[in-house]
Amino acid sequence: MTEGIDDPEDVLGRYESLVDDVTAFREACARPLPAVVRVNEIEAAPDEVRAGLREEGIPFETADWHDGLLRLPEGDPGHSWAYAHGWVYGQEEVSAVPALVLDPEPGERVFDPCAAPGSKTTQLAALMEDTGLLVANDSNLGRLSALRSNAERCGVSNVLVTRSDARNFSLQPFDDEPFDRVLVDVPCSCEGTIRKNPDALADWTLDHVEGVSGVQKGILERAVEVTRPGGTVVYSTCTFAPEENEAVLDHALRNSECELVPFDLPLESRPGVTAWDGAEYDPAVERARRIYPHHNDTGGFFCAKLEVTA
Amino acid sequence: MRDDDATDGGEAPTENQPHQFDRLPATVADRDVPERATREGVVEYWRDRYGVDPAVWDGYTFWEKGAGKVWAFAADVPSPVEVEALGMTFLRTGGEHWKPTTDAVQRFGRYATADDTVVDLSRERARRFLAGGDQDLDWDGDWGYLVVRHEYGGRPEPIGVGLFLHGELRSQVPKGRRREL
Ligand SMILES: C[S@@+](CC[C@H](N)C(=O)[O-])C[C@H]1O[C@@H](n2cnc3c(N)ncnc32)[C@H](O)[C@@H]1O
Repeated sequence: MTEGIDDPEDVLGRYESLVDDVTAFREACARPLPAVVRVNEIEAAPDEVRAGLREEGIPFETADWHDGLLRLPEGDPGHSWAYAHGWVYGQEEVSAVPALVLDPEPGERVFDPCAAPGSKTTQLAALMEDTGLLVANDSNLGRLSALRSNAERCGVSNVLVTRSDARNFSLQPFDDEPFDRVLVDVPCSCEGTIRKNPDALADWTLDHVEGVSGVQKGILERAVEVTRPGGTVVYSTCTFAPEENEAVLDHALRNSECELVPFDLPLESRPGVTAWDGAEYDPAVERARRIYPHHNDTGGFFCAKLEVTA
Repeated sequence: MRDDDATDGGEAPTENQPHQFDRLPATVADRDVPERATREGVVEYWRDRYGVDPAVWDGYTFWEKGAGKVWAFAADVPSPVEVEALGMTFLRTGGEHWKPTTDAVQRFGRYATADDTVVDLSRERARRFLAGGDQDLDWDGDWGYLVVRHEYGGRPEPIGVGLFLHGELRSQVPKGRRREL
């Protein structure tokens, strides 16, 4: 059990065999995270945002690994000019990683199948310099309306929003033209968000993990199908569960036309695990990266980069 | 709402369908829905009223969803298309006076070079404007819809649309975007 968080099943205990320092891992999970905003470069440059925050008397500290991520010791400035102008977006530091790994270029065709409420959609749009085509999809209507208002506040004009189950997303409205890059940020059991949501583990069940793992496999499979050969797919979750991470990649390697490729991260990370709970995974899953809360003092995250082969 | 109704594709539309997006025709000569705005008209409006260089819109397509509601999209897809959103809400073209949206002015107001339709407020006045309040204003520029800005982060930054009439500036910031700072 970990002091300070609601974890009746001791879910964190489940991952002790995966982490190097169990005490540091548990302590980090119980420590709340500082508020962080990402500079929305569609509207302003990091230096302009810093100047604006100074004018407003809002203290901040720039993250050491990314000039456009600002930590706010006094909390989230929802009521500020910076927000009103769409210059910043409240986003957990580690959640900025997958869009950077996908690394879309201006003018490309990019797909975000599980997009709501739009943290990564708005970041992708900025990386694309608000050009090209960005298709943001989600199955949940309420969350889509949050996505729309976030995209509007951030001045995103290259996004097309659809509502469908990503497992059978249709390319038909796009002349069947495949995407260059896809960001597969699937629904998951969210254990890695425990530092933001202290009740994230309260309702954890193995049944849910197994159910959502099936959904994740279906979404990743469809994502690979709608990506052009040579295109890139990034798979990300905020869970530590191998059932939702390496097992999903293993399934894709066996059933879809794709391979895992190595990539660099600006944060300390660990390789994917090749064995878990009696299951063995394709050794290539070691190319995926696990980000644990105690290594960089962030939330927990999982990220893999795939190249589509046919 | 009838947002989920299927539409029969293929034929050219003869009236506005509220649940689908139709690309604006290039010019009046290309238009098959009477009253629909045209791309040429939209580009001229921003040039003539706000001094926006037409080249700003080179990569953009303009779409209508429901009569008079124009959206701006930085890409293109086959028209018509049934989706939840396409780019951003941009312009209301119904009625005598066209009206830019808050989204449009926050995103594209930086390209406005006209001095009789762009007004700069002090921080105190900007605060009142963002909160949705009306205020008396000594202004000898144009009447009608103005781009309202203030100095922030080292540059003049658009906040939204103001309606100037009879010495009064009325904030058009929609309820969901108002803030008391
Ligand atoms: C981890 S969240 C995405 C967060 C988002 N990418 C961001 O950065 O703001 C997962 C999303 O997947 C959506 N979702 C769940 N099942 C889905 C499905 N079968 N098809 C499409 N979206 C789905 C959920 O509604 C939820 O918004």
